[in-house]
Amino acid sequence: MMKLKSLLTGVAFAALLAGTAHAKTLVYCSEGSPEGFDPALYTAGTTFDASSRSVYNGLVGFERGSTKTIPALAESWDVSKDGLEYTFKLRKGVKFHTTDFFTPSRDFNADDVIFTFDRQFKKDHPWHEYTAGTSWEYFNSMDMPAAVKEFIKVDDYTVKLVLTKPQAPMVANLAMDFASIMSKEYADKLEAEGKMDMLNQQPVGTGPFQFVAYQKDAVIRYKANPDYWAGKQPIDDLVFAITTDQSVRQQKLIAGECHVAPYPNPADIEALKGDPNLQVMEQEGLNVGYLAYNTKVAPFDNAKVRKALNMAINKEAILEVVFQGAGKIAKNPIPPTMWSYNDAVQDDPYDPEAAKKMLEEAGVKDLSMKIWAMPVQRPYNPNARRMAELIQEDFGKIGVTVEIVSFEWGEYLKRSKEEDRDGAVLLGWTGDNGDPDNFLGVLLSCSGVGGGNRAQWCNEEFDALIKTGAETSDQDARTKAYEEAQVVFKREAPWATIAHSVVHMPMRKEVTGYKMDPLGSHRFDGVDLQ
Amino acid sequence: MLRFLLSRIGLLIPTFIGVSIVAFSFIRLLPGDPVLLMAGERGLSEERHAELLKQFGFDRPIWEQYWDYLLGIFQGDLGFSIVTKKPVIAEFFALFPATVELSLCAIVLAVLIGIPVGIIAAVKRGSFFDHTVMTTALVGYSMPIFWWGLLLIILFAGILQWTPVSGRISLIYFFPQVTGFMLIDSLLSGQAGAFRSAVSHLILPSIVLATIPLAVIARQTRSAMLEVLSEDYVRTARAKGLSPFRVISVHALRNAMIPVITTIGLQIGVLMAGAILTETIFSWPGIGKWMVESISRRDYPVVQGALLMVATIIMLVNLVVDMLYGLINPSIRYAR
Repeated sequence: MMKLKSLLTGVAFAALLAGTAHAKTLVYCSEGSPEGFDPALYTAGTTFDASSRSVYNGLVGFERGSTKTIPALAESWDVSKDGLEYTFKLRKGVKFHTTDFFTPSRDFNADDVIFTFDRQFKKDHPWHEYTAGTSWEYFNSMDMPAAVKEFIKVDDYTVKLVLTKPQAPMVANLAMDFASIMSKEYADKLEAEGKMDMLNQQPVGTGPFQFVAYQKDAVIRYKANPDYWAGKQPIDDLVFAITTDQSVRQQKLIAGECHVAPYPNPADIEALKGDPNLQVMEQEGLNVGYLAYNTKVAPFDNAKVRKALNMAINKEAILEVVFQGAGKIAKNPIPPTMWSYNDAVQDDPYDPEAAKKMLEEAGVKDLSMKIWAMPVQRPYNPNARRMAELIQEDFGKIGVTVEIVSFEWGEYLKRSKEEDRDGAVLLGWTGDNGDPDNFLGVLLSCSGVGGGNRAQWCNEEFDALIKTGAETSDQDARTKAYEEAQVVFKREAPWATIAHSVVHMPMRKEVTGYKMDPLGSHRFDGVDLQ
Repeated sequence: MLRFLLSRIGLLIPTFIGVSIVAFSFIRLLPGDPVLLMAGERGLSEERHAELLKQFGFDRPIWEQYWDYLLGIFQGDLGFSIVTKKPVIAEFFALFPATVELSLCAIVLAVLIGIPVGIIAAVKRGSFFDHTVMTTALVGYSMPIFWWGLLLIILFAGILQWTPVSGRISLIYFFPQVTGFMLIDSLLSGQAGAFRSAVSHLILPSIVLATIPLAVIARQTRSAMLEVLSEDYVRTARAKGLSPFRVISVHALRNAMIPVITTIGLQIGVLMAGAILTETIFSWPGIGKWMVESISRRDYPVVQGALLMVATIIMLVNLVVDMLYGLINPSIRYAR
């Protein structure tokens, strides 16, 4: 009897995973719990996977598997000649989810768009502080309050966005998670019932999947939105089984308890590839790890010195030891999956002899310096301490003495911004929206000195180029400007560009149609089970 | 008995205040500003930083924050998580049943195996069984939980496939959480196989969490029994011709139980500490896992609230243990 029972349970489970018997259910072993379900309140990818990328749509979306922006809830848009006005034509007949807790009485329209954005920057909006400690972090960190003058409803299906200054990356910004369109009707209902905080707990969107239930720190359940404007999804149910431990996620994947499990341990990738039931996809992450000199402090104010140091770093060794092969050498400050990546740029060769000579020519002798190693593990730098040690050894070979320093993460981020900082800083960046300005503007512009620009580097030629890139809406002109900016960057060498990570995504063989997202999200629209 | 009880409860109040101070200051002593951590590489301006600190109330003098927190506690309000924006108390009670369920299973397992094994080892002192048990207990006591858990998963869930890898129940079962205790809820759901699935999910985490308490209880029972067995009254009882079973189970065991119960009571604290790692490795949605994540996010209200709640529960358990002594050994009641 026991055997039969366990057999039956096994069959039921196999049916669940294979999805052949009844409903097709895809189980994703996610790496953590979502902080909430209103993506505009947060900045973490784990939260976005569970909210914006499954439940919601924006006016603009990203094409699956690329950083290209495509129409979503807006069918089309026009930009005025001066680049200050964006007019969006909205899609008609789009339905919000009908769930146990909400039944919409109307389709998506301009009111929803106005509600979504106004709540984030109008301080007197009733939803501006709707739950304890509300803060619109991404909206703020993308400088939207300064860039946006207002959102205007022209008619039910036309919305105009007025800017304070021309900003070409705006369309990419609107494809980001904080711009997920919420239902004003649902918000009004919650407000009337005095349950405003439920907006962050029980989401209603227009996206491919609709929310069913969340059991804290354990499971999130969704089902396919039957009325999805882009067509119903091939799978019927989507389940996030929250599994924080890397090794346990891997065991669950092997045992068939989940179909897809992100962030494998690099050391295990070969074994996963060898498993006949699994497939492992890989792609370069939209990130860069770098060593930023302080270009305001001698002798690092001399480009020749920086260049010489860059030539002393053995990046191959770093890839092998620190990234365990799950990385790619970086020569540009933007990753290769991003448009305008300039592949013609030549990386500094690894040549300690030449580097030594260059330092002598620059009149630098017995140089000693500090290298800052981050205390945390990041995708663009899995082990900063080890990386710093390798660089210390490399620099030692050309007669440069290195002292490695570190601070608690919050302190590290704060102190590394200081303009008179002593030493070169190991850090990196993960892209938000696939726009080159999101790397070059944030990390290397003159306005970023004392802030995100850890090299404290202000170069007029480079700054003019990225300004052109940010203010022109012509794509070819933008591409050209950014390509040239990368040439200037390489010549001036404010950073040693170290590596881009390579992201691996193991999954069961029966999963089809999954596309890795260069933006690092995990999307299940378009995914099927065989 | 009443006087004894009152004096024990009287001691709880200063302890509670002390715990609230420790819980409040502990997370603040850790370096790291929650707002800066939240912003990450993206960073934020000085003004925005100040604005957020103000919003969370972290800009006010520390004693003022503590006073507010203390007032909140007496009104049953532990504040809101700065991450999920939900009330800490609601989150605590949503997760607490999972931890209790796991801890209860672990302690029952530890007691059911630990006490008999300890008694037998004491009675058969110096035998092969005694040596084996004590060596195993020593190994169990020194076992790193994380490594042990992973080892069991790889063997029993991965290679042998006897148990599931992690979680509380198979994902095919979906029913409302009435009590939060999966064993009870799965029975209430009426879904065939749900209870069985819940039990199978409990096996490995219970074993892992029970390992250290089991080792401690077995060793304590053995040494307490050995001590009692050498007492004069035991010899007298034997001399009277009572059966060995009666001597051990009635005369010796009752007196040996006092240090053992103390040990069991103290294991509640050990269980809570063990739960942190066990829950993390088995994706068990309980208090331990929640606290670890909250510490790394510097979610002050959650960490201080959860610490306070856990400490209070441990204090209450200790109170119950104290009262149990009174029942077992009346002389303790009258001690001043």
